Amino acid sequence: MKVNVDQSRCCGAGQCALIAPEVFDQGDEDGIVTLLEPNPAADLHPAVREAAAVCPASAITIDDDTDDIDTDTDTDDTTDDGH
Amino acid sequence: MRENDLLRLPLPSDNPLEPPAEWEQLRRQCPVSTVELPSGDKATYLTRYDHVKALLADPRFVRPTAEDEGAARIAPEGAGGPAADGSSTLTLPDRGEPHLRWRRRVGKYFTAKRMTALRPGMVRTAEDLVDDMVRNGQPADLKAGLGFPLPVYVICDILGVPATDRDRFSHWSDAFLNVSRYTGEQVRAAYDEFAEYMSAHIDATRGEPGEDLISMVIRESEAEGQGQGLTDDELLGTAMGLLVAGHETTANMIGKMVAMLLADRTRWERLLADPTLVRTAVDEALRFDANLGFGIRRYLTEDVEVDGELLPRGTTVVCSMPAANRDERVFTDADDMVLSRSPNPHLTFGAGPHSCLGQSLARTELHVTLDVLLRKLPTLRLAVSIDELQRVEGLLVGGLSTVPVRW
Repeated sequence: MKVNVDQSRCCGAGQCALIAPEVFDQGDEDGIVTLLEPNPAADLHPAVREAAAVCPASAITIDDDTDDIDTDTDTDDTTDDGH
Repeated sequence: MRENDLLRLPLPSDNPLEPPAEWEQLRRQCPVSTVELPSGDKATYLTRYDHVKALLADPRFVRPTAEDEGAARIAPEGAGGPAADGSSTLTLPDRGEPHLRWRRRVGKYFTAKRMTALRPGMVRTAEDLVDDMVRNGQPADLKAGLGFPLPVYVICDILGVPATDRDRFSHWSDAFLNVSRYTGEQVRAAYDEFAEYMSAHIDATRGEPGEDLISMVIRESEAEGQGQGLTDDELLGTAMGLLVAGHETTANMIGKMVAMLLADRTRWERLLADPTLVRTAVDEALRFDANLGFGIRRYLTEDVEVDGELLPRGTTVVCSMPAANRDERVFTDADDMVLSRSPNPHLTFGAGPHSCLGQSLARTELHVTLDVLLRKLPTLRLAVSIDELQRVEGLLVGGLSTVPVRW
């Protein structure tokens, strides 16, 4: 997984820094997203995906390479287990 | 809905926790419809998730101001004050680069880390309020006992205002936002008092700065030199914006969140059994709230196409976030409250460059509320039936007038 952030879109809502603090932070000077870990470990992938999905400015994008998708499938399928 | 039946906002529903029946039908058949606002003005009403999100996030458009010709007003002339009619004399940059600069300057106070640092103080405040409520006996109104005071006390702390003045802030906040309870004259009087109070507070803070938001902005403005930082008017506008945006909204949300969780008490029991669900439960309450007010307005300064329909320049659009939050195209089991829902990309805080600046603050306050109530009052239950819950009269911010509880 490769994580990208677009600082020009970021509105500083801070959701990513709450959900995945190992990967995202907010700048002290402007509250804008900073990327701590562009290639997060597999155990962080669900949190990173959640952060990307809920970002109100759609400022976080994720590139999956093929290997990664294979190892990630299980995690993705469990995101709807809300019952 | 027949075509010549003009919908009037707010739409009725069976009880304040239920969505109006029209939303589902509108999303399916008429996602771009025409509605009449309480002022009598007409607007275009959006109910589908994709449409609402795209328009809210479009950097070209903002909420209508007094200068926008023909913009639809929410309330009739004279009622509702600056928050309703856009006539505020407080000038905050509301669009483009200047807005971005203001937002970043103030927004950095509201980072997730800083809100987490404020959390222990919020927990103490919430515990004290719950203790007072219990001391006064049951049944109690959870909104008056906890929902209303907690966020205003937190905002006062953020602004560096002494605890003894909290009640005045409560009154001003109510007057700014309650469209029907106060006359235009009373709203103006409240505004003048607030401006006078805050101006004196800003002066005093300049002489003796602390760790609050006002002090931080003043310190930075001084460090950057003349003409760089926020003016006193902008500081005043910022303080008013925080109060207007952060008090009544959160106060009502605390009441509605607890009411929704207690309305089907298996939800409350599930949280008692697994308090780690509090984080997702808070966002699900934000999504599930059908009584959010009728939406956010956007004034179109150029033509826009939505769902194949051309909306001409000069149109006022009402984006219904609560209708979009129930869109089954985006949310599985959209009409169920799923406490573990994740991800939950609801639009309750808006989207894009104008999305709620204080959303980390609001979330933290809601988390603290639930944590404290689950721990201190696990036997909490509604003291009335759901049908007896009453909507608040105001129009801008939806809420329940009281949330009677026992424990």
